[in-house]
Amino acid sequence: MAATASPPLPQPRRPRFSSRALTPYWFILPAVAVMAGGLVYPVLDALYLSFFDWKIATPFSKAENVGLANYVRMLADPDVRESLWVTLRFGFWTITIEMVLGVALALMLEKPIRGASVFRTIFILPLMVSPVVVGLIWRYLFDARIGWINYYLGLWFGFEPQVWLGVPDLAFFAIVLTDIWQWTPFIFIIVIAGLQALPSEVLEASRIDGANWWQQTFLVKLPMIRSILVIALLMRLIDVFRALEVMYIMTGGGPGRATELLSLHIYNRAFDAQLLGYASAIAVLLIVIVFGLSAAILAHGNPMNEKTDV
Amino acid sequence: MKKWTVAAGSMVLAALGTFLVAGNAAANPYEKYAGSTIVVSWPALSHFRKAETLVQEFTDETGIEVEIDALQYLKLRDRQLLEMSKEEGEYDVVSWVVMWKGEYVAKGLLTPLSQMFTNGALVDPEYDIDDIADAYLQNGGVVGGKKGYMPGKSGGLYGVPFGAETSILAYRMDLLEQAGVAPPTTYDELRAALPVIKDKTGVGALTSRGKTGHQVTAGWLLHLAPLGGKIFDDAWNPVFNNAAGVEAAQIMREITQTGPTGIPSYGFSEASAAFLQGDAAMYIDTLKIAAMSRDPKLSKVDGKVGFALHPVGSRCGSETGGFAVGIPANSQHKEAAFLFIQYITSKAGDRRMVELGGDPVRMSTIAHFADQFAEYPVVLEQLPCADPDWRPLIPEWNELNIDVLGQALTQVITTDDPIQPIMDAAAEKARAIMEREGYYAWARYRE
Repeated sequence: MAATASPPLPQPRRPRFSSRALTPYWFILPAVAVMAGGLVYPVLDALYLSFFDWKIATPFSKAENVGLANYVRMLADPDVRESLWVTLRFGFWTITIEMVLGVALALMLEKPIRGASVFRTIFILPLMVSPVVVGLIWRYLFDARIGWINYYLGLWFGFEPQVWLGVPDLAFFAIVLTDIWQWTPFIFIIVIAGLQALPSEVLEASRIDGANWWQQTFLVKLPMIRSILVIALLMRLIDVFRALEVMYIMTGGGPGRATELLSLHIYNRAFDAQLLGYASAIAVLLIVIVFGLSAAILAHGNPMNEKTDV
Repeated sequence: MKKWTVAAGSMVLAALGTFLVAGNAAANPYEKYAGSTIVVSWPALSHFRKAETLVQEFTDETGIEVEIDALQYLKLRDRQLLEMSKEEGEYDVVSWVVMWKGEYVAKGLLTPLSQMFTNGALVDPEYDIDDIADAYLQNGGVVGGKKGYMPGKSGGLYGVPFGAETSILAYRMDLLEQAGVAPPTTYDELRAALPVIKDKTGVGALTSRGKTGHQVTAGWLLHLAPLGGKIFDDAWNPVFNNAAGVEAAQIMREITQTGPTGIPSYGFSEASAAFLQGDAAMYIDTLKIAAMSRDPKLSKVDGKVGFALHPVGSRCGSETGGFAVGIPANSQHKEAAFLFIQYITSKAGDRRMVELGGDPVRMSTIAHFADQFAEYPVVLEQLPCADPDWRPLIPEWNELNIDVLGQALTQVITTDDPIQPIMDAAAEKARAIMEREGYYAWARYRE
């Protein structure tokens, strides 16, 4: 009795930086080193370059330090704003439609129906095609003179040939459609993997409780794969801001700047206009935007928060 | 003693033999470089593909191996700049679009060819550089003259034209006859003919480049020079928004409206293909269309094409463009590279290029084949009108060409907006670029 009443003995204080406490950091050190070398260094280099006026094929030692002039110019540049607006519109339409279509396709093909594996393979084929090839394929499909799209629209519906890649709205539609064609399978494959990993007991329980298909889908399945959806959304968002090859091949950013996404704008400024410092300043803006958007999404639905042991 | 005598005698004979062999080697200017390999960077275009046979013949004759790195022509610049900015580059010969020559020289990336032309062991006495069409040589190879890119006493030779060109009119004889239209000789006739051809034949009247950036600007520039326009005046003030510039833009809009479907998305290949595949009745651009129209792999219109001079406006003024070849400053095989350039642009090489289906750069070659190819007499007559100042080949031209004019002219051909304000806004942007690059510093200094 007395023993149970006695106060607990004070635990010896564990040293703040014991070798045991540092062990996890040793394990992640290689990954951190690779990240620092492969990711942080180029970003810092871009940041450094953004304070200079440097042209390709000239010694960097001759580059003029212009301070914040590139940033001042960027903030006042209507072309940068236009490109950013094109990127945001492009991201909104592509990601929204890809998420809806990808989830819908995954829900349709999650059941072991006859031929499901064949459909699944067909649906993910676009994902396997190189972006350059995707750009070429769709460029010729949309070609005003010899493209199949104009040919069949004329044959079946009597439409006049359209200059798909030469009219701003049509060109924007063309790159959105191409992106949806290529990247919907990405959402599909992630979501279907998530759906098939759901515990059957929970679905069984909801069925016993009388949930219909809609309730089971929107109140059980999708909330349970919410973290997967957030990851998919985040990856697509980052991809949209990095997208370059397909638009470069299909339209080169034109007509005008109608399809000039921010990454393509940076490329054009860096290599056509040779404004490497200015292009780096815009690249820094791009990094800030992507970081901000990613942080906002993670703040609202960080899948890591659900792992209580982390 | 006897052994020593024999040994000494053998050494003398060996030395004599070596001397004699060396004497023989000097008789063959290529032998010193046989076995070496040069790397050539040039565009993946028809003329250069035809030249691959000539390159093989060069290797067979000289023993100098040649590796070709062929890229889409507008992609050459990035790659070449990268290679030429290294301490030791991969390329020994580079072929540039003439508009890049100023930038390459300003950055110290090219070897002055005077270094080679002063070497008697390298220069073929029969090379005859004066036979090369002057407009081509000045436009493609000379840098540093008046305005930095024009002929002039301060100019130096950095390249030799190969795949150079001027512009002519190519037309479908059958379609113009069907429309009851004669090949236009003036811009007034051309503008009048456009809707008539479209209405009466149902085929696009005139094809043109129109894709945003370099391509639409190139299309517009073809009309600017004959209409009397320029990009800058002599004090580097933008003047392309004057009446001639606006009229050239208006013509681009009319060409787009009456031409084959899709001009705003056409680059060089698409514009040419529209004519070669029978979807356009006329073509005003590079003379390369003539050889392409005879190539059964590219053309459905062989035998139906006639050629005429580039129509005149207030003056005659055709383009001077295409490519020139030179030697990077960081090449490791400059002499062998020079021998290669000399071989492919020699009189024999130039004639061989024509036999292979390419385009000549020498007046003697054009005259030699004048009765064999319908366009050659036209080219001979056109060349004196070829304008080396039809676009300013200054280092800043790429930015002006793509980022300023290339954007403004897209607005011209894809909208019905008034043209004058579009061109005025572009001129302001051009002025800002010139200001940034210090072109007005001397004017300010003197004020």
